Amino acid sequence: MTSTSLAARRRRDALRTLAFLSPWLLGTGLFFLYPLVSTAYFSVMRYDGFAPPRFTGLRNWEFVFQSYPFFWPAMRNTVWLVLVVVTLRMLVGLAIGMLVIRVKRGGGLFRTLYYAPYLAPPVAGTLAFVFLLNPGTGPVNVILGHLGLPQPGWFNDPAWSKPALTLLALWGIGDLMVIFMAALLDVPREQYEAAELDGAGAFNRFRFVTVPHLRPILVFAAVTGVIAMMQYYTEPFVAGLVASGQIGGSGQQVEPGYPAGSTLTLPQLVYNLGFQRFDIGAACVIALVLFVLSMLFAVLLMRRGSGFLAED
Amino acid sequence: MATVTTSRTTPGRAVATVPAGVRRRRALEWVALHTVAVTAALFFVLPFVFIVLTAVMTDEQTLTRDLWPNQWEWHNFADVWRTPGFATWWRNTIVYAVTGTLLTLVSSIPVAYALAHFRFRGRTVAMMVVVATMMLPPQVVIVPMYLFWAKQLHLSGTLWPLIIPLAFGDAFSIFLLRQFLLTVPREYIEAAKVDGCGDLGALLRVVLPMAKPAVAAVALFQFFYCWNDYFGPQIYASENPAAWTLSYGLGTFKSAHHTNWNLTMAATLLVIAPVIVLFFLAQRAFIEGVTLTGVKG
Repeated sequence: MTSTSLAARRRRDALRTLAFLSPWLLGTGLFFLYPLVSTAYFSVMRYDGFAPPRFTGLRNWEFVFQSYPFFWPAMRNTVWLVLVVVTLRMLVGLAIGMLVIRVKRGGGLFRTLYYAPYLAPPVAGTLAFVFLLNPGTGPVNVILGHLGLPQPGWFNDPAWSKPALTLLALWGIGDLMVIFMAALLDVPREQYEAAELDGAGAFNRFRFVTVPHLRPILVFAAVTGVIAMMQYYTEPFVAGLVASGQIGGSGQQVEPGYPAGSTLTLPQLVYNLGFQRFDIGAACVIALVLFVLSMLFAVLLMRRGSGFLAED
Repeated sequence: MATVTTSRTTPGRAVATVPAGVRRRRALEWVALHTVAVTAALFFVLPFVFIVLTAVMTDEQTLTRDLWPNQWEWHNFADVWRTPGFATWWRNTIVYAVTGTLLTLVSSIPVAYALAHFRFRGRTVAMMVVVATMMLPPQVVIVPMYLFWAKQLHLSGTLWPLIIPLAFGDAFSIFLLRQFLLTVPREYIEAAKVDGCGDLGALLRVVLPMAKPAVAAVALFQFFYCWNDYFGPQIYASENPAAWTLSYGLGTFKSAHHTNWNLTMAATLLVIAPVIVLFFLAQRAFIEGVTLTGVKG
């Protein structure tokens, strides 16, 4: 093969790659890179969406970190949600996964029942839980009352709103159940049998055979769980909206994070600042904080050896 | 953990040869395991039961602490359907979900194929950008995006700002398809090319038929994503009720119509039902897709 035809072939290959990637390259530029740069630009500008933007240096950043009353509550809530919701979802997902692979009779039925709630659209699931847990007529408190147990205010009580969201998140455990199930079935049976012959009890078999095999999946579940909490928007927003009995809509003032800021999360602040207060500069500061935090965890997921990028 | 201690019950395996004590222990384990399974099932199923029971109650009864309906008001579902706007939300949601899913497939499949089977410089970087955009909360870029669609293109009050970007590839779909396409042996593609297919021909005639389960899973995920999307319609469509979707409209349902919990729960069921039906029609593809999102070996 002569060198010119080789160069021609290279050029043809490059053009072909470019053609196949073109929709995505355009999309990434238009809907990711451009708005990202624009967000960084607006984060140092004073802009209400109407009057021309004016440069204000770090004033927006100072405002968000020092004066904006919702930033630190939202950060604290996010830490709470990461620690409690992500951990519990992993533990319960693993327990349910181990349960269903052992149930022989009716295993398919149980799997379907455990999985179904995951499919409920977030708005529908949230609405259902606000009803189930409403302090007045909600079935949960009615049953607790019959049993003579205390009846919390759930979505109407700042101390109980996050536990209520946690119950909702555990109801939709189906995704983790399926992922853990697949991983558990991949653990070679012989290793359990060998461990049993060596006299390992159930706990030690779990500790020394199951856990090491599940490590990549556990890491995956933890990191994607944290990232999901960075995006946690619909459930807390709708729960606060419906529980407080307010009507939402663009431009209308709704007390964010009802009750008492206990369901505020970072993405809700972008909405509150940018679309309710028309403080676009400050909204972009929050957006950048969210960007940095989620990319930090995305990098964790892509680290070499995590298996996530699965190079051939 | 109860599930650990009741591990490895295998009733029926060589029962005749095992001693009575072991047999009794296994029977007990079997009972314990199924007790746990049924108890867990209650947590997942009871919410649905209470939603249905409440959806068919009378207005007066939803204000009481009764759990069981006195009369079964099945017409509540028809009443919800006749609520102003509900049919429009349905139509809009179907348009958004169907158009969005088709555009996602057409735009994402070639990208996934290139990322899985073409060798080029920057392929790893491209993959990393795909994963990064997949992990990106939509709120990060929403402010400039809103300004772009509303101020430059005057498309706020419609669902187009949510549909059009799907014609430019969707990161999650690209990622999922690419993970699957990696498992298609290169020899099949080479063979197709020897037979005179171009790259597009090899993709359409050889690779895609093999990737049907992954394509189905991606289509389902994207359909559900559009169906469930709340933030997108809230940003772009909330100002124009004629463009609302089911997810967005449902969020306003209780307060906007001053309805009681019975009609609100009936509406909730009407939003959940299509997703559950679709799931049962395509269960295998869906579960395979969820598994595919996990780490590959």
